[in-house]
Amino acid sequence: MMWLLVALGAAVGAPLRYLADHAIRSLGPRWTGFPWGTLLVNVVGSALLGGLTGAAVSSEAYALAGSGFCGALTTFSSFGSDTIKLIEGRRGGRAAVYVAVTVAAGLAASAGAFALMA
Amino acid sequence: MRATLAAVSLGGVVGALGRHGLTILIPTPSGWPLGTFLVNVSGCLAMGVLLGYLARHRTPPLTQPFLGVGVLGGYTTFSTYADETRGLLADGRVTAAVLYVVASLVLGLAAVWVGLTVMRRAPRAAGNAGETS
Repeated sequence: MMWLLVALGAAVGAPLRYLADHAIRSLGPRWTGFPWGTLLVNVVGSALLGGLTGAAVSSEAYALAGSGFCGALTTFSSFGSDTIKLIEGRRGGRAAVYVAVTVAAGLAASAGAFALMA
Repeated sequence: MRATLAAVSLGGVVGALGRHGLTILIPTPSGWPLGTFLVNVSGCLAMGVLLGYLARHRTPPLTQPFLGVGVLGGYTTFSTYADETRGLLADGRVTAAVLYVVASLVLGLAAVWVGLTVMRRAPRAAGNAGETS
């Protein structure tokens, strides 16, 4: 049962991440030099999961919306490859800002939503 | 677009189930989130290997959306990483939290780089003319 809930949440979360990235890229060339899409889904997903943990939802709801949806909406592998691509493109400063902002905003969003829902 | 979304969705399910299974199997020594840590670092290594491979080989059109965006995106997670860090900090385990944040970042980035570098140096698969790098 839990496996099915995780699968259902992920089936929605992963394509939503793709759509968010696609939508931001289509805003124009100014939006393609920085991984705004990955940053957005990681911060929003961290807030959602923090809220779910704070609200102490049932393990079924957590499997569907937490492990499944938030887990697939957010990504660590693209975060890593975005950063390496910036570094290889001689955008080391931008890479450092990307890492710092993602971690700081992700943690703040998680903690803020947790406190709000607890 | 519809086929791409379907590939991403299907890949996401495969990746998320892999993550779910591994985080159940891998123990969390004294509450330290070893499962998510290993999932994220191994996913970063696989992402480096995949991107290195895709840069030099011709592949079916949905390979990157399915494997990269779907499977590896669904396998790795940032939200759990943030939530587990918050949990460690809330328990007053500052050193464990800092270790988790920094080790995931450093080893994750290193893993992407190692994967890319290995694939760039590996001899190209025979009979494939997709050289783009």
